[in-house]
Amino acid sequence: MNVPLNRTKRNLTIAKAMAEAIAGEMRHDPAVLVLGEDIGKLGGVFGNTRGLYEEFGAARVKDTPISETAFIGAAVGMACVGMKPVVELMFVDFFGVCMDAIYNLAAKNCYFSGGQSPVPMVLMTSVGGGYGDAGQHSQCLYGTFAHLPGLKVVVPSNAYDAKGLMLSAIRDPNPVVYMFHKALQGMGWLGTVKGAINDVPEDEYLVPIGKAAIARAGRDVTLVGLGATVHHALDAAAELAKENVEAEVIDLRSLVPLDRETVLASVRKTGRLVVADDDYQSFGVSGEIIALASEAAFPQLKAAPRRVAFPDIPIPFSPALERPLLPDAAKIAAAARATLGTK
Amino acid sequence: MTPSQEQLRWMYRTMLLSRRFEEAIAAAYFEGKQPAFNMANGPIPGEMHLSNGQEPCAVGVCAHLEAGDFVTATHRPHHIAIAKGVNLKAMAAEIFGKRTGLSGGRGGHMHLFDAQVNFSCAGIIGEGMGPAVGAAAAFRQRGENRVAVSFIGEGAANQGAFHEALNLAAVWQAPVVFVIEDNAWGISVAKRDSTAVADNALRAAAYGMPGHRVTGNDPLRVFAVAGEAIARARAGEGPSLIEIETYRLEGHFMGDAEGYRAEGEVAGLKAKDPIAVLRQQLLESGTVDATADPRIQAEAQSTVDEAIAAARAAPFPAAQEAYEQVYA
Repeated sequence: MNVPLNRTKRNLTIAKAMAEAIAGEMRHDPAVLVLGEDIGKLGGVFGNTRGLYEEFGAARVKDTPISETAFIGAAVGMACVGMKPVVELMFVDFFGVCMDAIYNLAAKNCYFSGGQSPVPMVLMTSVGGGYGDAGQHSQCLYGTFAHLPGLKVVVPSNAYDAKGLMLSAIRDPNPVVYMFHKALQGMGWLGTVKGAINDVPEDEYLVPIGKAAIARAGRDVTLVGLGATVHHALDAAAELAKENVEAEVIDLRSLVPLDRETVLASVRKTGRLVVADDDYQSFGVSGEIIALASEAAFPQLKAAPRRVAFPDIPIPFSPALERPLLPDAAKIAAAARATLGTK
Repeated sequence: MTPSQEQLRWMYRTMLLSRRFEEAIAAAYFEGKQPAFNMANGPIPGEMHLSNGQEPCAVGVCAHLEAGDFVTATHRPHHIAIAKGVNLKAMAAEIFGKRTGLSGGRGGHMHLFDAQVNFSCAGIIGEGMGPAVGAAAAFRQRGENRVAVSFIGEGAANQGAFHEALNLAAVWQAPVVFVIEDNAWGISVAKRDSTAVADNALRAAAYGMPGHRVTGNDPLRVFAVAGEAIARARAGEGPSLIEIETYRLEGHFMGDAEGYRAEGEVAGLKAKDPIAVLRQQLLESGTVDATADPRIQAEAQSTVDEAIAAARAAPFPAAQEAYEQVYA
C-alpha cells in the first residue's frame, strides 16, 4: 500500500481499525447497529467496539444478555427488515449454542426466499489460541464456517485489511463471518504480533472480499496462510531467504469466496506449495488449498504439497502441550525445505 | 434445616480453604505478568476466574452432598470443586498445567474433572445443565439414591439451555437441583440490564418446580434452602431451582479493570465478606473456640501451601502426551 505524501503514517491495532470502520459506517448509514455481549460500555472484550457506545448510544450499540440463540437470531430478523447488524459472538468456540441462526437462517434465507430476503449482517468473532485458554476458548474453526454455503468468511491479518474488510462486510448484502485472531488483535493483555499493527488511512477504503494479497513475492515456493499464520509464513520466508530460497507468501484474507486465481498463479509459478493454518488439520482450509492446487495446477507441481496445521485433537490447556502443537515459522520453513528437497 | 456444629465447622474450614486457595492462585497467576500484563505469560496462563466471595453457595449446597452425587460447575469453579471434595493437590497441579494434574494438564482451570467425586466444570455458559439432568435421570432410572446439582451464574438464566433443562428436568421428575450463583454481573453487564425479572427463582414457576431466592450471601440460609431441595430430590419429588445472592469480590477474570463497577462497590462487598461474618457468628455461638481459630486458619493455609508447592514442583507433561486420551 502506498502512503500518500500529504499524510503521516498512522499505525493502528486491528481492534481500533475494526472500531473505526464500524463507527464510520454508523455515521452515514442509520441502518447499521451493533449488538453482542459486553460490546457497549465495555467496548468489547477485544476492544473492537470501543467508543461506539459513547458516540451512538444504547439504541444502536446494544449490550445483550448471554443469549446467543436469541440475539444472533434477532440480527437475522433485523437484517431481513432492512437493518445492517454487526453482531459479535465473543469467542467462535461459543457457536455451539447459536449455530442454527447462523447456518440455517443467515446462510439460507436469501436462497430459500428466491432472493427476496437477503441477510446483510456481519458476524464478528474472535479466534485462535496460544495463550493457555484451553479448547473451549482457543479454536479457529475457519473450516467449519467456510464449509457452509451461504456465508462469506473473511480473516484479516493486519489492521489495514481489518478496516477495509469490515467496510466491505457491512456493505455486502450477504452474511459475512468476520473472524479476527486474538494474537493479532492488539489487546495488550493478549500480546500482539507486531506485523498486525500497520498504517491505516483515516479515510474510508474497501478491501474487496474474495481477493487474496501477496504479502511477499517470491519464485521458489508458495506459502499460503491466513490470519496469524500469515505472520509465521513471513517469518519463515525471511529465514528461507538466508538460504537463497525466495518464498512467496499469500495472505488469503477471504476464505469465501476463495481467491483461487491468486493461489493458482503463484503455485504455477513456484511449483511448490505449503499451507499454514492454525485450525484443525483435517477437512479444513489446508486440505482445500491443496486440493485446489492438485486439481488445477497438477502439471506445474514439482513436489507434493505440504501443510502445517493444528493436529486433530482438542486444544490442550498446558503450555507444555499446546505450544509445541501450534504452527510456527520453523515448521513452515521445514515444510518448505521438504518441498525443495533441501531438508 | 439447621446445620450441626460439625457441619458449621466444616463450612467454615471449607470457605477458608477455598479463599486461601484463590489467594495463592492469584499470586501465582500474576507472576510473569507484571509490569506488562500478558495473559500468555507466567506459571498459569490463560483466563483465571476466581470465586472470592461466592464461597457460601458452594458450602451451603455441598454440605448435603456425598461423593456419589453429581455436580457440574461453571468457568468459576474452584470453590465448588473444593466443597465437593475434589483432590486439591491434583486440582492445583491441573491449574499449573502439570502432568500430575486432574487431567494431566489437558483441561486447566476451566475444565476440572474429578470422577472420584463426580465433579466437572466447563467454560460455556449454562453448558452443565443438560448433563446434570441426564445424570439425575439415570440415577432415578437405576433406582439409585443419588442426586445431581448444576451450578450456574445468573447470566446463564438467559440461555436457552437453562429453560430447556428446567423443562426437561420437570418432565422427567429428575432428582436435580439447579443453583444460580447471582453475583449481579455477567462480565460487564449488570443483571438488571440483561434479565427480565429481578428474581430468577420466579422462573421456576414456568416449569412447575419450586423456586427459592436466598438473600444475604449467607451460608446458613443456603444450607437450609439447599437442604430441603436436595432432600426433596432424593425423595423422588423432583427438581428445584435456587437463586443465591452472592458477591464477586474480584473481576470477571484476573486483569479485569472493572471500570463498569460503581465507585466503592467492591469495598462495600469486602466489608461484608461472608467468611468474616460466619467466623464472627461461630465465635459468638462458641461453635469455634477463639483459641482454636488460629489453628483452623493455619491449617487452611498450610493445606493450600502444600498443594501449591507440589503443583509447582511437579513436571510438565511431555509434548507427546497431548496425543494421549484422544479417541478419534
